[in-house]
Amino acid sequence: MALENPLFEFLLRQGDNALVLGHRTSEWCGVAPILEEDIALANMALDLIGQTQMWLGYAGEVEGTGRSADDLAYLRDVYDFRNLLMLEVPNGDFGRTQMRQFLFDAFQVPWLTRLQDSRDTRIAEIAAKCVKEALYHLERSSQTVIALGDGTEDSNARMAEALTFLWPYSGEMFVDDATDQAMADAGVALLPSELRGPWLETVKAVAAEACLTLPDSDYAQKGGRTGFRHTEHLGHMLAVMQTLQRSYPGATW
Amino acid sequence: MTHENEWPLWEVFIRGQHGMSHRHVGSLHAADAEHAIRNARDVYTRRNEGVSIWVVEAAKITASSPSDKGPLFDPARDKVYRHPTFYDIPEEVGKM
Repeated sequence: MALENPLFEFLLRQGDNALVLGHRTSEWCGVAPILEEDIALANMALDLIGQTQMWLGYAGEVEGTGRSADDLAYLRDVYDFRNLLMLEVPNGDFGRTQMRQFLFDAFQVPWLTRLQDSRDTRIAEIAAKCVKEALYHLERSSQTVIALGDGTEDSNARMAEALTFLWPYSGEMFVDDATDQAMADAGVALLPSELRGPWLETVKAVAAEACLTLPDSDYAQKGGRTGFRHTEHLGHMLAVMQTLQRSYPGATW
Repeated sequence: MTHENEWPLWEVFIRGQHGMSHRHVGSLHAADAEHAIRNARDVYTRRNEGVSIWVVEAAKITASSPSDKGPLFDPARDKVYRHPTFYDIPEEVGKM
């Protein structure tokens, strides 16, 4: 099957990951367990929305039909989204939110690091900006996972539960498809599967410090980044996120 | 109200630019020193306020007592000659 516009598809995946995780993270604003974490989560959400603007802005230019980053964020429905399933499932408790952030950050850091060498200079520039934030996110999320995993009996049990819940979703990050192959052939990006090894090393090291055991399964829920099948949760999330544009189409500041 | 398992309080000091000294900006709760640095980064430096952060556990600070104010500070008040206020500082010197 010939790909219509693999670069556009690739950029949607970058942007939608940041957008969906950013929105999920923003749901903690005002309700996090303590003030300091509330502020940190809001900062992280804003970092991710900022990254979204760069990725989707470029996606709109590549598509060439005049759609802006806002159009792509607010005027698409579930089936047009290209984010990982792991990022759209509900936050769960604070521990699961941190675990998800960590599993994603452990991929984002090496991924964005390598994208800085992309033959596409715009992508290299965006990656260089995003990787600095991703490094801080990884430091924060990994230390929180360790603190909670190696914490009380209750916090350890919650982190173990979070890991069990998220693990089947984490494999989707490393499933290559035709779009990934096209990007690799063009020197735009590496194949995500190349990062499975380094990612696993990071995750193993943190899990060991956090007194957690990695689930013994390679089964991967997928369909998010290809747009084939999202979970039931993304539609509900978009209904909240896009409510203004749905209620008042074309509304601007 | 304090909880028995509440994280300790930390005082945060930020240096705004190179060459300036660290300034007290506020306090926050954190489980340990590294955590306090990360929280301080998020709470106090997101508008590019700082190039360096110090944190110190509030309980470790020894403060002068308000009731000692008289003996500690009054003797210096009427010795104006100790204050270098009789000089004009050229503008090029910048912040002193």
